[in-house]
Amino acid sequence: MIGLVLLIRRDLKLAFRGGTDAAMAVVFFILAATLFPFGIGPDLDILPRIGGGVIWVVALLAAMLSLERMFSADYEDGSLEQFVLSPLPMVLVALAKIIAHWLTTGVLLLVAAPVLAVFYNLPGSAFVPLIVSMLLGTPTLSLIGAIGAALTLGARRSGVLISLLVLPLYIPVLIFGALVVDGAIAGREFGDLLTVLGGFLLLALAAAPWATAAALRQAIE
Amino acid sequence: MQGLTVKGLDCVRGDRLVFAGVALAVNPGRALLLSGPNGSGKSSLLRIVAGLLPPAAGTLAWEGEDIAADAEAHRRRIAYIGHADPVKPGLTVCENLEFWARLYGLDPEIEPALYQFGIEQLADLPARYLSAGQRRRLTLARLAVGQNSPWGPPLWLLDEPATGLDPGAVAMLANAILAHLANEGVAVIASHGGRLDDALEGHADRLDLQDATP
Repeated sequence: MIGLVLLIRRDLKLAFRGGTDAAMAVVFFILAATLFPFGIGPDLDILPRIGGGVIWVVALLAAMLSLERMFSADYEDGSLEQFVLSPLPMVLVALAKIIAHWLTTGVLLLVAAPVLAVFYNLPGSAFVPLIVSMLLGTPTLSLIGAIGAALTLGARRSGVLISLLVLPLYIPVLIFGALVVDGAIAGREFGDLLTVLGGFLLLALAAAPWATAAALRQAIE
Repeated sequence: MQGLTVKGLDCVRGDRLVFAGVALAVNPGRALLLSGPNGSGKSSLLRIVAGLLPPAAGTLAWEGEDIAADAEAHRRRIAYIGHADPVKPGLTVCENLEFWARLYGLDPEIEPALYQFGIEQLADLPARYLSAGQRRRLTLARLAVGQNSPWGPPLWLLDEPATGLDPGAVAMLANAILAHLANEGVAVIASHGGRLDDALEGHADRLDLQDATP
């Protein structure tokens, strides 16, 4: 466990000192979400109707932006080989990298989401459901994304490959995440939808670190 | 007097047989210098011994025990330095070294290691400002962390460790290796000759992998 915390701490330090990947994801999130009202017009009836879906789609794309760098720096500078030889099991290495990715991307998206909710004129009743759905959904995006990032390590055009691998797997999270916000706006019950999102998270948590670790071991051979 | 023993080792990369039937034995307190042209399999041999690459055939043993029987124990006895320098530009020299020392469960007291490789004055400098040679020194300083503790890894696998080093740093590396051998450690070193080989004269045997290349 000490190794897990060490690795998370190191990645957080690197992210906050380097800054570009994390900042890029949030800036993209806000900019891309801002473009939609310019395209469809500032109709106050339409914006809240599409707001939940747009915020989720853009969050999903923003989370994907930094996936390519999740393991590639460690792969290129030989750190990954040293992780394999270290006493820290590769499953925990993968988990540490995933947690660090979520903390530097998902959490920032969570913080920025209410700003966009205001921008899309979402009613106050949708704010908490939006944040809770993202709290459950964004870690799932990091977990699934890690598998794609590890599988494409060392490949040419890995960014495009990651998108092709990961985007179809993101669809269930997108559907249920957007449904939670729509349900909250329409005054419908959305507790079951959050439970499904929680189920996705648990499923991804149970499988993704192992799959990622296996792909990482394969990549260094 | 057993140390590392390798018998009948074959290595295949893609469809190419890189080497076949490699056998070697390195006793405690001795080093083995691997030589051979590019592509003869020096790095692959080191990676196989480290457990980073599966062998196509053959057996590897440490103190007479099959390495494959307990891969975790084998990982604990290895210090592997590859071609690349696992140095993060965003961390200081001190933070880089401390991270690896702690991750490997070694003594995080790293100042002596920095002194041993002559980079103590760079301790608080972000690694992005290091030259290639200084980055290499920082990578090699990992060898000196915990070198004198009973938990220090007894098997050093070094892949062209002197690349990019000035003569002074090569001498520091040679001293570290000689101290390791004096502690009954074992070192397997891929090398293209030069000052390091000269400094280890009398303490090292040689294996030319060209002889094992089909």
